[in-house]
Amino acid sequence: MSDVSLTVNGKRVSGSAEDRTLLVHFLREHLGLTGTHVGCDTSQCGACVVHVDGRAVKSCTMLAAQASGSTIVTIEGLADGAELHPVQAAFKEHHGLQCGFCTPGMIMTATDMIARHPEGLDEATVRAELEGNICRCTGYHNIVKAILAASETMAKGAKGKARQAA
Amino acid sequence: MYSVNYHRASSVADAAKLLKNGDAKLLSGGMTLIPAMKTRLAAPSDLVDVSRLKDLQGVKVSGKTITIGAATTHYDVSTDEKLKKACPALAHMASLIGDPAVRHKGTIGGSIANNDPAADYPAALLALGATIITNKREIGADKFFKGLFETALKEGEIITAVSFTAPTKAAYQKFRNPASRYAIVGVFVTKGKDGVRVAVTGAGEDGVFRCKEIEAALAKNFDAAALDGLKVPAKELMSDIHASADYRANLIAVMAKRAVAAANA
Repeated sequence: MSDVSLTVNGKRVSGSAEDRTLLVHFLREHLGLTGTHVGCDTSQCGACVVHVDGRAVKSCTMLAAQASGSTIVTIEGLADGAELHPVQAAFKEHHGLQCGFCTPGMIMTATDMIARHPEGLDEATVRAELEGNICRCTGYHNIVKAILAASETMAKGAKGKARQAA
Repeated sequence: MYSVNYHRASSVADAAKLLKNGDAKLLSGGMTLIPAMKTRLAAPSDLVDVSRLKDLQGVKVSGKTITIGAATTHYDVSTDEKLKKACPALAHMASLIGDPAVRHKGTIGGSIANNDPAADYPAALLALGATIITNKREIGADKFFKGLFETALKEGEIITAVSFTAPTKAAYQKFRNPASRYAIVGVFVTKGKDGVRVAVTGAGEDGVFRCKEIEAALAKNFDAAALDGLKVPAKELMSDIHASADYRANLIAVMAKRAVAAANA
């Protein structure tokens, strides 16, 4: 057994789990954070993407014990109370989902992607960066649209904040 | 996944000690080992996690010598500004591995220790004539990669870094399997003080190899046109549901041409 201590969505949590417990199962079953999904369970589909120490990773391919000591953000940690995160709002606005199963992973990948490209995104980059996320309903068109829109909104927000700070 | 005991090593020496537990395996990014354990293709009794060891991380460029810590992730290799200047071909190659989430975890040491016959790094290190540094010795890439999933590593040996001299010119081109995205053929071409080296991944029955025919042609003239009409022998190439040996042989020449064109660009 491993003692697993994490900071998840800003809260310190700890628990005991078998060493073979995957991070996604620790999040879902020990912490009740079922927003992170298990899709393919073979590191391909990306439904389980969460941020570990600021980087998007597939939580079905990491042990909870490996993550111990890390800071985790899951889909539940994005919204500010009732106010959706700009990426969530853009997925809603542009209908970037159909059944919604892949959506938590898509959104966690998108927020990571936007953070890594402060210079802005274009369609080709978004499509290439979505390599590890699979949607089996509706295709990627509206997902790409939503990510591009969110990237612009967030860039404007950042500039607005910088202006306020200045 | 079968039950396993997880250990987090505090140093390379500690990892070497922990590796003596039962049938222990080193764990770095886990991008191959954990899926293999989930499907029960691998069932180590113990895992020794070296991914957080600071000594094993980072890219150092000193003059023409480049050293990359074994636990440096593909993402960190692909985005390292010093490496992008000193050897952009390797940074580019790392940016083509898996997907962003995989690149955030997977490491250079893990990739070469696993020596998957379709992995990208073995081709890069063989073409760069790199030295693989372990906690016990230094091994030249020509002697390191032995066969399918086989390396010169001995029981309990831990890769700590890889080191190589920046080539004058280099590039990598891969033809991906449209489903798995692994290389059906990947060709890494370098031109440096020791001449031209061309390494091929994804195609060899015995894993990564140097293509002598292409090296000889490019040694005379380092230009894509030097490969016009060149036939790579299909003997000892893999044949599977994705591509026949003949198809792979043809692709090797095509990818080599593209790599040379990119290296000269």
